[in-house]
Amino acid sequence: MDMAVQKSFAQDVVEAGAAKASKILARDVNVYYGDKHALKHVNVDVPDKGVMAFIGPSGCGKSTFLRCINRMNDTIPGCRVTGKIEIDKADIYDSSLDVVQLRARVGMVFQKPNPFPKSVFENVAYGPRIHGLASTKAEIEQVVVTSLRRAGLFEEVKDRLQDPGTGLSGGQQQRLCIARAIAVDPEVILMDEPCSALDPIATAKIEELMSELTERYTIVIVTHSMQQAARVSQRTAFFHLGNLVEEGPTEVIFNNPKEQRTQDYITGRFG
Amino acid sequence: MTVTALPTSGARAKPSSTEIVASGIRRRYAAERRFKMYGIAAVIFGLTFLVILFSSIISKGYTSFLQSAFRLEVFLDPAIIDPSGKREENTLLMADYSALATDALIKALKIDPKVRGDERAAGALLSQNADVELRDYVLRNPGEIGKTVNVWVLAHANADSVMKNAFDREIPEARRKLSDKQLAWIDRAAAEGLLKLRFNTGLFTYGASSQPETAGVGVALIGSFFMMMTVLLLAVPLGVMAAVYLEEFAPRNRLTDLIEVNINNLAAVPSIVFGILGLAIFINLFGLPRSASLVGGLVLALMTLPTVIIATRAAIGAVPPSIREAALGVGASKMQAVTHHVLPLAFPGILTGTIIGIAKALGETAPLLMIGMVAFVVEVPKTPLEPATALPVQIYMWATAAERGFVERTSGATIILLAFLAMMNIIAVILRRRFERRW
Repeated sequence: MDMAVQKSFAQDVVEAGAAKASKILARDVNVYYGDKHALKHVNVDVPDKGVMAFIGPSGCGKSTFLRCINRMNDTIPGCRVTGKIEIDKADIYDSSLDVVQLRARVGMVFQKPNPFPKSVFENVAYGPRIHGLASTKAEIEQVVVTSLRRAGLFEEVKDRLQDPGTGLSGGQQQRLCIARAIAVDPEVILMDEPCSALDPIATAKIEELMSELTERYTIVIVTHSMQQAARVSQRTAFFHLGNLVEEGPTEVIFNNPKEQRTQDYITGRFG
Repeated sequence: MTVTALPTSGARAKPSSTEIVASGIRRRYAAERRFKMYGIAAVIFGLTFLVILFSSIISKGYTSFLQSAFRLEVFLDPAIIDPSGKREENTLLMADYSALATDALIKALKIDPKVRGDERAAGALLSQNADVELRDYVLRNPGEIGKTVNVWVLAHANADSVMKNAFDREIPEARRKLSDKQLAWIDRAAAEGLLKLRFNTGLFTYGASSQPETAGVGVALIGSFFMMMTVLLLAVPLGVMAAVYLEEFAPRNRLTDLIEVNINNLAAVPSIVFGILGLAIFINLFGLPRSASLVGGLVLALMTLPTVIIATRAAIGAVPPSIREAALGVGASKMQAVTHHVLPLAFPGILTGTIIGIAKALGETAPLLMIGMVAFVVEVPKTPLEPATALPVQIYMWATAAERGFVERTSGATIILLAFLAMMNIIAVILRRRFERRW
């Protein structure tokens, strides 16, 4: 996308975002894997409390951008991030910022459910324990139960809290990962294609969960499924070949997109 | 092989794919059968040598687990043991116990002590250690002085070899170690149950000795044990920590590549080089006592370190990155992710690598020879700083001795060493299966 168009687009974004307080602000974010320029000049605002969806074909950079928000890209050798990402007006790439604290505020749920090979209880209790959010046995138990309830999993596992987390079904494991993420009381939850490994019923349960969670948390979800994005999100951003092509309210993106590329993707012409 | 029929019109019809496949199929199956045969032949070849090795060692060594002893009724004559009656320890230590033992044997075999040379000949049937055995008995039970007690006294190695059918009676008497008379006594004692083969506990408790009947691997076992403990306490923590650093925290650059190459090389360095290193540094530079199991342990720990590092790195590398990502995503620091999640999952691999490394170190001889653990050590060491020896070294020392008794002991000690190694490897397999978790 050429620079002039990109700049005016950025101004649009800023104006739109100024109306409602944004939780996450990204300005001119570039990501390089070695020499490969994977993400180009991304500017986007994520509003507080609500679900924002990132859509786009495979390899377009949406997962890369998601992982920038909780600095998980730091773990990839050779990965370089430039630009500014602010959460609540504080730049998270500032050298004085502690990555561990950031990840306690920004939780993540991965594509393939990855519960720890420990008991269900331990899975959820681990985060609060290491951050010092709960120390006595009673406090920990309370956090675990609350988190499991909020994730909609408590009723199903309340008799099996000491059983290994890996023994649950796929959908339950993913909800366990969600419970684990919310146990540390984050402000933002990032979800990287959380339902792609699940069957339709489990997917429906998690989408239902998301609508409950948006009251407390800001959720950013990367998804391959446009129907899912249409169902759960209020704002959507369309990525293509490392560029953020268009961003706006979900109804607008799906019914009345401004860009031709967005229109082509929505109607299934490519991707 | 099927032959396609040629049409008579002159134009050759191409054989169908099915026919081509069918024609070659028998050859393919034959090749497969041959390949299987090669595999089976290789296995049988290896197993045959294993069977030959084991049967030769066991057939030569099983007799060392039995030792002949005389059952004697010894009269603890107070006149010989403690004439003053004061029961002073010095007096008790210095008494002539061999005379008491010989007297008991003469009485038991109904030998006439007045016949010239018979008394000495009878005494020659007893181990030179009989003296010490009786003395220890009296020191333990001073109250028995004056009574007649039933004791087992070790027989001399010559008598022992007769009992084990290893004594060649065909040699003319002048050149034999035992005279005809002595042989007759031995046969009579065996028939009457006075001379028996008993389980040789001394093999496990005695130290080095010039007489085979009182030689054992006790010193070697304790020495090897101290060395294994040193290896365990040194090589495992250092190795695991080094591997964790190299695998998780170290940047990937030229320097770390160099380190990795060097560690892999160290694992292949001949063990005697470590012995020379140990001699130069631990004994000459640091002045540690020669022959001490601590020094042996240090040298073996250096040898085992690369093995532990390599095994730990492999085990850590096998932990799926999704576990690490999950831990980091929840806000664990890198150290916490490693210690709380990665290491517990890598534990079975680390355990297996450690046990295999220690089992390998248990059988090492060359480096221990270099640092002087070939001493003739009689007393079982109580600390790792006292002189000791190791099981493979003891085998080496006995292998160079000529007596019949040492030949069987060499094989016997080899059996013990092999049994230990087999046990350790079995434990490694069991522990690995038990701790293996599925994720």
